[in-house]
Formats: sequence, structure tokens, C-alpha cells
Amino acid sequence: MGMKLIVLVVIVLAVIAVAQFMRVYELSSKLKGHKEEDIDLKTNNINAGMMMVFVAVFFASLLYMCYKYGNGMLPEAASAHGQDVDWLFNLNWIIVFAVFFACNFLLFYFAYKYSYHPDRKAYYFPHDNKLELVWTVVPAVALAFIIIFGLMTWNNITGKPSEDAVLVELYAKQFDFTARYSGEDNKLGYADYKLVNSDNVVNPLGVVTKGFIDSSVVKIERDIMSWQDKLDGVGEGTEILSAASEIKYQADIEKMGRIKERILTMEQAMGDSIYSMAEDDFTTKTTLFLIKDQEYQFIFRSQDVIHSAYFPHFRAQMNCVPGMRTKLKFTPIFTTAEMREKTGNPDFNFILLCNKICGAQHSMMNMAVHVGTAEEFEAWKADVNVSGVAYVVPRPEAEEVEEIAEDISADGNEDENEEDLDEDVQP
Amino acid sequence: MSAAAAHDHGHHHKESFITKYIFSQDHKMIGKQFLVTAIIMAVVAVLLSVLFRIQLGWPGESNSALSFFLGDTWAPDGVLDRGMYLGLVTIHGTIMVFFVLTGGLSGTFSNLLIPLQLGARDMASGLLNMISYWLFFLSSVLMLYSLFVETGPAGGGWTIYPPLSIYEEATPSSGQGMTLWLLSMTIFVASSLLGSLNYIVTVLNLRTKGMKMTRMPLTIWAFFITAVIGVLSFPVLVSAVVLMLMDRTMGTSFYVNDAIQGGEILEQSGGSPILFEHLFWFLGHPEVYIVLLPALGLTSEIVSTNSRKPIFGYKAMILSILAIAFLSFIVWGHHMFITGMNPFLGGVFVFTTLLIAIPSAVKVFNYITTLWKGNIKYTPAMLFSVGLVSSFITGGITGIILADSALDIAVHDTYFVVAHFHVVMGLSAIFGMFAGVYHWFPKMYGKMMNSKLGMVHFWLTLISAYGVFFPMHFVGIGGAPRRYYDYSVYESFDTNQLEMFIDLNEIISIFAIVGALAQAIFIFNFFYSIRRGQKAVQNPWKGNTLEWTTPVEHIHGNWPGEIPTVHRWPYDYSKPGKEEDYCPQNVPLEEGEEEDH
Repeated sequence: MGMKLIVLVVIVLAVIAVAQFMRVYELSSKLKGHKEEDIDLKTNNINAGMMMVFVAVFFASLLYMCYKYGNGMLPEAASAHGQDVDWLFNLNWIIVFAVFFACNFLLFYFAYKYSYHPDRKAYYFPHDNKLELVWTVVPAVALAFIIIFGLMTWNNITGKPSEDAVLVELYAKQFDFTARYSGEDNKLGYADYKLVNSDNVVNPLGVVTKGFIDSSVVKIERDIMSWQDKLDGVGEGTEILSAASEIKYQADIEKMGRIKERILTMEQAMGDSIYSMAEDDFTTKTTLFLIKDQEYQFIFRSQDVIHSAYFPHFRAQMNCVPGMRTKLKFTPIFTTAEMREKTGNPDFNFILLCNKICGAQHSMMNMAVHVGTAEEFEAWKADVNVSGVAYVVPRPEAEEVEEIAEDISADGNEDENEEDLDEDVQP
Repeated sequence: MSAAAAHDHGHHHKESFITKYIFSQDHKMIGKQFLVTAIIMAVVAVLLSVLFRIQLGWPGESNSALSFFLGDTWAPDGVLDRGMYLGLVTIHGTIMVFFVLTGGLSGTFSNLLIPLQLGARDMASGLLNMISYWLFFLSSVLMLYSLFVETGPAGGGWTIYPPLSIYEEATPSSGQGMTLWLLSMTIFVASSLLGSLNYIVTVLNLRTKGMKMTRMPLTIWAFFITAVIGVLSFPVLVSAVVLMLMDRTMGTSFYVNDAIQGGEILEQSGGSPILFEHLFWFLGHPEVYIVLLPALGLTSEIVSTNSRKPIFGYKAMILSILAIAFLSFIVWGHHMFITGMNPFLGGVFVFTTLLIAIPSAVKVFNYITTLWKGNIKYTPAMLFSVGLVSSFITGGITGIILADSALDIAVHDTYFVVAHFHVVMGLSAIFGMFAGVYHWFPKMYGKMMNSKLGMVHFWLTLISAYGVFFPMHFVGIGGAPRRYYDYSVYESFDTNQLEMFIDLNEIISIFAIVGALAQAIFIFNFFYSIRRGQKAVQNPWKGNTLEWTTPVEHIHGNWPGEIPTVHRWPYDYSKPGKEEDYCPQNVPLEEGEEEDH
């Protein structure tokens, strides 16, 4: 409180001081016959001189920052196309720096050199077609080069992946990423958001298999039943529902009924050949492990809001959009160990960041990326399978699901059960 | 009220206090109303930015400024809440882009200068003009009010991408805060459209005798084209917003497809969040020029007047305004290179976007050539105009990097983008606005602003502005995503970069605070000069345009007698054969004198 009072007193005194100062200024300018619109020669020259001082400090600070923070820039691109991107960056930097220095220098230099002098008259120079043509054509030509090189690189980045590109899915939700590897067959099983809501089996990516379809339907039916019970006032500890929650339950019952129909319709289009694609898929939340010199085709999906998968070291980025499958390919060319050597930083790691605002925890959403050899990958895969860090998409048989469902409804503590399963997957 | 009524004896119709100062239909008063409202909004927006810069500069440290302004709810123990951080960023952006640099800039100067420089007695419709201001006022109030709702203001970024901005389950700020945001923006657009239509009609119909389109000052050209852009693009934002309101309240699925919110499977299917992005940026990119062109127009006038030289390449300047306006409608996709948009389409947008660099370059070269062999007087307005050209160069060229999709993929949504658009659009427009205020203050209030304070204000602002945004380029190329509460995630993977971010973010925040404090000089100078400033003369800067032929005291109808007739273009400064170094537009051509431009 005391502190605030002091601050207040200081502010009041400052205002009074400024007001007094302004009175003095007003009186003295009246005495001198000073007019605000007339900038005296001395003041004008000070401003002109400041232009040169400013531009010198401006340029010097840029060079200093390049020197000081060159180290903090991203290290050499660790992907094949990233090398092209860096080359293109350098080409553009040359043009950008040249234009920056030249234009800013001319601007401030002219501002300094041609400051007001009472003996001089400005040069009446309204236009010059030749000059204007030159500085329309020169930027146009420079830009043509920038465009051509840019589009060549862009087409290269976004072109079709080669036949042996490995498919990996990155699934984003608030606030983490899950990677799904396509396994031996290099085919990702179908996925549908409606199946995320499966009963007693974990299917956070909504992968489509016979078992998951059945399990989702079971879950929906059971939910509907329990809501209906509540509406009917059946069961133990029945509470009296408010009109609002009655409407809500009624709406939920109808909605989930429709979603169930959609799932069943979807099932008709599926078959064993499709289900089998999912069988060897496996997922992980902790580390995205990539093999050096292996081309990857990434498929991005999102569960809830737009996220963006940003790989700064690979110069790659793609949005993850709910209800859409976006794609991007790249080939890592350095292992994590090699990058540690290059950067001289033994703690260096690649990273995948979320780069589209997705909620309060946005800045915490990321995933570690590790690049190793093919052997290291196999070892990692075996290891994560054993330790349960990753899991192979389970394939519960239809009968099994029903059995479990019955068990659970008998126990009546499904929530606990689900949490247990969750923990198995994400230790 | 009686005093005000007595004050107005000279006019044939009486004005009460209310019709003169509040529900005024006089374009000069409306311009001033826009300006003062925008200044208040700008103070809020700057304050918000200081608050989140404190978090970025000294992440997680307790700060009494935060607890003072945000209280325990949003800054428990003086540490900024994560959700509120995004709210501050969102509202800062929204206020700056729309309320300060669109409403404030166009609203103030189009209103003030279009009738005065064209030789018109008022806007085509004084009533619509008044409604336009009051809608602006209402939307400002709603936007400020949204800062105080329980779940916080809209926090999805000023671009409010769905589905984040649709569902309260996705983020609490998408509840009431977002509803107010959408409401406020809808009203804002209505205000902007009424204003723009009025400007267009006035420019086309109410020019005085002799004021051909090719004799209009570049300010008017800029305001005119800005209004055209606004009329063509703002309605698209409204439709985007209305569709979003329907998604939020009626369960439609324009922007939603197969999503889960708060653990609940949504039925909405078949929409696309990308559709919103297309609609948003169809306004969003022209918006950049809605902000920028008026500032460039004001600068053209000020640079020419204070260099005592005609603006170089008057016709090329008009052509580049037209080219920029046309191109601004076909470049929106460069905001969306990495949304999964077809890469070929991306390539087309690379091409159109980089084309914009050509007319922009022409404008820069023309400004520099105008200074060449001039006789430059450094009024505060001129200083800010030089600052504008510098920031337009510095910010414009980094656009070359971002327009190139192959490079954008590496720096999209990083601080490099933040640095780019703050320099090219934010600084240029705000410098233009300051320049305009210093230059036309005598016309607005009949008083002079203090020029010494203006100079101090300029140098502090220029240095701190570059101090804020120059290092941001480095942070961005280092790979720091924007809208991050802090960079603690880097601890686990690259400490080299983390060190740089910590270093530079602190420097940026210090400059931001200094820059914000420097604006107190301007605010003081502005309000002090309204009351006690030196009395202005009729044509203090020895300008050529018609507004300097009106009397210092404002009168309804602008000119006491006949409206002046125009005989020449507005840039006859230091014309050979003339005694004075200026020659107003209403001075007839001498015998044998050619109108040479």
C-alpha cells in the first residue's frame, strides 16, 4: 500500500513538473516570437544529422546481431529438401540484404544531405519515364528469378513421394501428437473419428477394424441404455432430472443413435482386406523415430482443432486439420548423433512442435524426434513394444469384446477400467 | 448547452452541444471523434502488448504490473495465466489491425481530408457518416467489454480459426469472449462499409470545379482505393463471421468436419475449417492494404510538402496504388501454403504475391527520389514519414521470403512472420498515422502541436520500434513459434537456441516498454496542444492542397464563400519561374505556364 502511495505521489509531482515546464516553454516562445511551424536551422540540422547516426547504428546492430546470434540460428538442415530450402534462403538473403542496405542507406543519406538550407531551392523534378521504367523492370527481373527458383524447390518438396517412401501418420489432439507407423505392409489402416469412442479398448486414433467397430457400437448401445434408464427413472439411486437434463439426454440418445447408424453404414463398405491393413500398425506418443536416408510420407490428422506439425530442423511444416488428411514428405539425412556433433551440443535433439494456436497449453504441445539407423530403429521398435511405450493396434475379436462388455457392466466400474488401459499405453 | 448554442450564432441553423460534439454530422468533427476513439483503443492495445511482453521477456517471473492490471484471476501471484496470455495477444492484434489502423486511420483522415482536399462542403451523406462513427464506437465498447467477461476475451488469435474459436470445449475463451468478438466485428464491418461507401460517392461526385481525377492529391487516391478495397472485401468477413455464428449456435457444419470436442463426438460433417481460412484471408490480405495505403497516401503528401518538391512520378504512384489494390485480391492464399491447400494453387499464389513487390518497389524508389535534391524541413510529420519509408523497405523485403512457399514452409507462423508484418504493416501504418496527426493537427484543432516534443517522440519511437521488431527476425529464423507462452520446451532439445530466445526476448521486451512509455509524450502533446497549443495560422506548412485555403476556425460547409476552383495539380513545389516555393491548387496557371506532370 505504501509503495502504491509513493508511486501515486511521484506521478502527481511529475505531472505538475511537466505542466510547469510547459508554462515556462510557452512564455519563452511567446517572448522570442517562436512559431511551432518554423523549424529553426539548428534543430533541422540536428534531425538531419540524426538520420546518419541512426542508419549507422541500425546497420551496425544488424551486423552485430548476425555475429552474436549466428550460433543461435537453426543448424544446417537435416533433410534432403531442407538443403535446397537453405540454398534458396541464402540466394534470397543476398537479394534481401542488398536491397535493405541500398534502399535504407539512400533514404537516410538523402534525408541527411538535402536537409533545408535557406539559400537553396529544391529541384523541380516531377517525373522521368526512363528512370521509372528502369526501376519497374529491374525488380521484375529479379523477382522472376526468385519465383522460378522458388517454384522449382516448391514442386520438388510437394511432388509425389517415391515408391519406397514409408508411410507414417501423425495424429494431433489437444495437446499431444501420436505417431502411427504403417508396419510391414507400409499401409495405414483406415481411421474414423467415430471409433475413437470405443468401449474398453483403447483406440485413440479411431483406427478401423472389425473389433473396433463392434466395440464402438457396444459402447454406444450401452450409453444409450444408461441414458434411457435415467430418463425412465430405472436403477439404483435414481435422481430426479431437471427439464434441461431430460432434453439433453433425449438429444444425446437420438444423436448417438444416428452416429451408430453411420458406423454401421460405414461397416458395409469395409472388409477383411481393409481391416488387415491396420493389423501391423503400431503407435507411439513418446518419440517419433525416423531412419536416416529413408524417405517418409507423413499423413496428418487432427481430432479437435487445427494444429500444425512443425519440424524446424527439417525445414518442414504442415497443418493438421480436423476432418482432413494433409500430407508432407521428407527424408532425414543426419542422425541425431551426427547433429550433436555438428552443433557441438551433446544434448541436441530434433523436435516436432505444434505451431498453430490450439488452446492454452499450445506451447507445451510437442514430440521428440529421433533419427537413427535402420538397426537402431528395429531395436527401438522391439524395445518400445516390450516396455509398452508403443503398442501394436490390438485386434479384439468380436465375441471377446462382447464378453468384456458384459463383464464391465456387471462390475459397473468401467471408468476405472478404462483408465487402467490408458495407463498401459501411456506410461 | 446554452454556452454552446451562443457559440453558434453565426450559422443559419443552430447547433446544440449534442449535435455539435456528439451526434455531429460534420465530417471534421467525425474525423476527430474517430481519432480520439482510436487513440484510446491504441492505449489499451499497447498496454496489452506490454503485459504479454513482460511474460515473454521474463517468463514465469512474478511481476507487480501484471497483478496490478490483471488481478488474481488472470495473474495469480503476478504470473500471467496461460489462457489470458493468448487473450491478450488476440485482443492486441484485433484492436491494432481493425480499431486503430483501419477505423482510426481511414476513419480519421478520410473523413477529415476527403471533403477538404476535394473542395466539398461535406461528405455525400452526413447522416451515414455519423452512423458509421457510432457503430465504430459501439463495436469498440463491445471489444473492450469482452476483456472483462468471466471466461476471458477471445483467445484464438486475431484470425480466429475454427474449430478452436467455435467450441467452448476446445478453449474456454471461445465462449462468451468469442461471441462478443464476433458481435463487435460484425458491427465494425457495418461501420466500415458505411464509411467506405460514403468516401467513394464523395470522391466520385463532389469534387470541386477543375478537380480532375488526375489532379487529386495522392492522399485522396489512397483513401478512395482503400474504400473500394474495403467495400469489396469486408462483406466477405461478415459472411465468414455469420457462418461461424451459425456453426456455434445452430449446429450447422460450414467449418466443422468429423471432430471430437471435450470427449464428445460431434455429428457435424462435411464442412471444412479451411473454408473459413479462405474467407478470412480474402478479407485479411486486402486488409493489409486497407491499413497501409492511407498511410502511404498521407506520406506522399507530407514528403512532397516538406521536401518542397513535387512527389516524383505522380502517375506511377497512382498506377501502383491501383496495381497493389488489384493484386491484393488474388494473393490471400500465401497465408495458407501449409494448410494442405493444393500445392499447385500454392504456386499460383507465390507468383501473384511476388508481383506485388513491383508496385511496392516503385513507390519506395519514388519516395527516395522525391527526397533527392529536395530542401527538407524536419517537422515531426516529415520525420515520421521518413520512418515510414524505412519501415516499408525493411518490412517489405522480408515479405519476399514469406511469399516464397518453399521458404515459408520453414518459417511460417514463427516470429519471423510477426516481425515482418509488424514492421511493414504495423510500423508503416502507425508512423503514417502519427505523421498525419502532426501534419493536420492545425487543421483539426486550429492549434499547433509542440514540435520539440514531436521530435523526441519520433526518435524514441523509431529506435524502440526497430529495437522491438528487428531482433524478432532472429528469434523467428531460430524457429520460435509465435503465440507461445514461453519457450521452456526448448530445454529438452536445444539449449543453444533457448539461450538466444531468452536473451533477445528480454531485449525486445525492454524496448517494448520504452517504446510504450514514449507514447506518453505524444498523448500529452496531443491533449495539451488541443487546450493550450499555439494558435495555428491558415497554411502553416505552406501546402498546396485545398484544405489550407479554409479558415482556421471550423465552419460548417468548410469555405465561407465560394468553393475554390482548381487549376493545377497539388505538387507545384519549387516550380521554376515562381517566386514562392509553393503554388496552391486554386491559383490559376499563368500565361504560358504548363501543367507539367
